[in-house]
Amino acid sequence: MIIAIPMDENKKDICVSFGRCPFFLFSDSESGKKEFKVNPAAEATGGAGVTAAQAVVDGGADVLITVRCGENAAEVFKAANVKIYKSEGSDAEENLQAFADGKLSELTHFHAGFQGIS
Amino acid sequence: MKIAVLSGKGGTGKTFSSVNLAAAAGNAVYVDCDVEEPNGRLFFKPENVNSTAVSVKIPLINPMKCTGCRKCVDFCQFHAMAFVRNRPMIFPAICHACGGCSIICPEDAVNETQRVIGYVESGSHNGVKVVTGVMNPGEESGVPLIKEALREGFAFGGDVIIDCPPGSACAVMESVSMSDYCVLIAEPTAFGLHNFRMVYELVSLMGKPCCAVINKESEPYAPLNSYCEEHNIPIALRIPYSDKLASIGAKADIAAEEDNDCKEMFSGLLEYIREAVK
Repeated sequence: MIIAIPMDENKKDICVSFGRCPFFLFSDSESGKKEFKVNPAAEATGGAGVTAAQAVVDGGADVLITVRCGENAAEVFKAANVKIYKSEGSDAEENLQAFADGKLSELTHFHAGFQGIS
Repeated sequence: MKIAVLSGKGGTGKTFSSVNLAAAAGNAVYVDCDVEEPNGRLFFKPENVNSTAVSVKIPLINPMKCTGCRKCVDFCQFHAMAFVRNRPMIFPAICHACGGCSIICPEDAVNETQRVIGYVESGSHNGVKVVTGVMNPGEESGVPLIKEALREGFAFGGDVIIDCPPGSACAVMESVSMSDYCVLIAEPTAFGLHNFRMVYELVSLMGKPCCAVINKESEPYAPLNSYCEEHNIPIALRIPYSDKLASIGAKADIAAEEDNDCKEMFSGLLEYIREAVK
């Protein structure tokens, strides 16, 4: 199973922004392989959520662990059958462990687009 | 003559100036292009209003023809499409209706469908034709509404006053593009000057002649005056801060109709512009 996480510049913490995070971590739970990929939507002027979701889907993810997620991205994940989980704390490794232990819950609230408003 | 009234900052006095210019001109057309929050009509309270819906074309994929080549999704510069399970998904609220996806599709699988994004209403007040573009909440781009509002406004002929949206982005460029002359409203503050420079750069790039109007000038702001001097921007009018004008505005009345000094001020501005455009 491939788990994707939006990551901060330090590649250790989970980024609070899904659509505009600088990197995605793709972690393969079977092989233990971890890979960072640049988020093509990090500096998009609009539609960042859709493009970031596309990058996660194209990376073959089955699961996304994130702080929050917008409505448009959630629609892409639903169509692609990617499950979305809410992160706990900021450390990505701890979240991967918590997910493996079944301690994370599914994200059910999706916000409307920020459209440049933080 | 088509006069665009603009400023980088909101609340500077675009609507105040354009409503009063149109009222002072009398037999003129006022077009409100600030489609996100059009409020010129609050002052004009136009009568005999007709309203027309404005739509944009958005893509609709024909699943019988789509082969899942992904060309449309990769082409979309507005990120309004995603590619999931070998099929394109469309996000209409993000779509800018450029039509690129239907051109790029090698299978002719992208049809277009209409989506209403707002309306243009047209009425009159004391001889002034009042045309207002109104965008539905949550829409991404007001440009199609601005185009339609201007088209309707220009169709009346004569002098047209264009009340532009704030800022210096696409919607402002669209509002200014057909104008003969631009009136830049500025506030005598550091923030006001910063935004004034942005719109001045925009109208210069577009090659439009312009003048400045300094509004709410309780005392001169030297950096604004010297910026105008350095760039040879004529200051056609200085409007002092006034309790009287504020009070007329708060009642949603039109100052040029209530106050003779104000009427003369804007008639003078209009004459100045006529001379400048000659």
